[in-house]
Amino acid sequence: MRLPCPICGERDRREFYYKGHALALNRPDPDADDAEWDDYVHLRDNPAGRTRDLWYHSAGCGAWIVVDRDTVTHEVFGATLAEDAEARDAAG
Amino acid sequence: MRYSAWQILKEGLTGNKGWKPVWREPEPKAEYDIVIIGGGGHGLSTAYYLAKEFGVTNVAVVEKGWLGSGNIGRNTTIIRSNYLLEGNQPFYEHSLKLWEGLEQDFNYNAMVSQRGILNLIHSDPQRDAFARRANAMRLSGADAELLDREGIAKMCPFLDFDNARFPIQGALWQPRGGTVRHDAVAWGYARGADERGVDILQNCEVTGIDIEGGRAVGVQTSRGSIRAKKIAMCVAGSSSRVAAMAGMRLPIESHVLQAFVSEGLKPVIPGVITFGAGHFYVSQSDKGGLVFGGDIDGYNTYAQRGNLPVVEDVCEGGMAIMPMIGRARLLRMWGGIMDMSMDGSPFITKTDTPGLYFNGGWCYGGFKATPASGFCYAHLLAKDEPHEVATAFRLDRFMRGAPIDEKGQGAQPNLH
Repeated sequence: MRLPCPICGERDRREFYYKGHALALNRPDPDADDAEWDDYVHLRDNPAGRTRDLWYHSAGCGAWIVVDRDTVTHEVFGATLAEDAEARDAAG
Repeated sequence: MRYSAWQILKEGLTGNKGWKPVWREPEPKAEYDIVIIGGGGHGLSTAYYLAKEFGVTNVAVVEKGWLGSGNIGRNTTIIRSNYLLEGNQPFYEHSLKLWEGLEQDFNYNAMVSQRGILNLIHSDPQRDAFARRANAMRLSGADAELLDREGIAKMCPFLDFDNARFPIQGALWQPRGGTVRHDAVAWGYARGADERGVDILQNCEVTGIDIEGGRAVGVQTSRGSIRAKKIAMCVAGSSSRVAAMAGMRLPIESHVLQAFVSEGLKPVIPGVITFGAGHFYVSQSDKGGLVFGGDIDGYNTYAQRGNLPVVEDVCEGGMAIMPMIGRARLLRMWGGIMDMSMDGSPFITKTDTPGLYFNGGWCYGGFKATPASGFCYAHLLAKDEPHEVATAFRLDRFMRGAPIDEKGQGAQPNLH
């Protein structure tokens, strides 16, 4: 599998560290209740099909990126910088 | 269907025309006491123990593909009880005891071979950690010994003891560990369950879980709807997909684990050997193939195939401890989908929906757990209370701050 880093271009999967689903960007308020934090830290949709997940370009530019890909076919549709994705989510 | 030396001789002389199917191919009934979703090792052993130990026989096992088409036929066949934590180790020791009596219990040759498992030690801290683990194992009633280099060399003279980076300093040795013929486990349990009246419904995919008044009352399948007093999910690898039908989100990610087998060789490896400085484990099948594996690929996937970086990593691990395998050719490689849980430990539990039960999250350790998983799940289903060695495998353990985290990695499934 090769991932398209928005800064470096398409690179081998080995250059990246995998974090997990991009819901990691949607961090709850520090004062949110236990159930909300449990949900954020532990529970996952784990879809069979299209998903958005977080990768860190550890052997490249050091950017966190959100990759849009398919968990069944391993097809990769694209990637954006996590900071852009965050800004987009914040804007709704 | 029974087997004997006389029958093999007779069939051999008469063209092998008299063999009969080992289990029935029944039509689904409208209602069962218990419907088990998933006809893999754990689902079949659950059905077997429900019928045999708990007297519940009005049971169906609903399987999407053919019997044993998932991870029961994709694992590397290792059995062991060398865990550390209290929530886990007594369960796995219970499982190993069940393995030891399994063939007599279900009267089927599963080729249970207690040839021992050797976990190599490469550093002083690792020796301390394994000494602690060995003590935990012995406290649970399991067997464990620490070997020095000479002790290992007697068994495995071919190891690269003086490897420049990872010299071998010792090993944790569990003589009662070993390997089992995995397909025969599924077949033996299936025959035993079928004989006692359990309906095994193959090519029957669950497409929905019916919930009425907050209670699970049946399943929709590709062969019609089936009502049930209790519904038991048992589909590790696809747990999130099936649980989603009941509106549940699980503390699980799906990952692929690859396994490999070499061409057949003369006997060279006496038991199971694991590398302590990387991730590589190997045993030799009775056909002669070296069966080995390593880490999961590391990112969420439902594809039953892996990527090349892990192939390279696994083979490097093998070469680091036993350079002699460098000349063996790889015959086959494949992947299986794992439920990787948030603490690396499994679930055998009720859910928030009455009538709905969950078994899953086996990470890459499900095969060795097959007998105890089925036994404890059957106990839970029949009595509505957990078996004494499986009380910790609850879904709410994260919320309660009581994870069973053998590796201490936290809620990061690809690191367990």
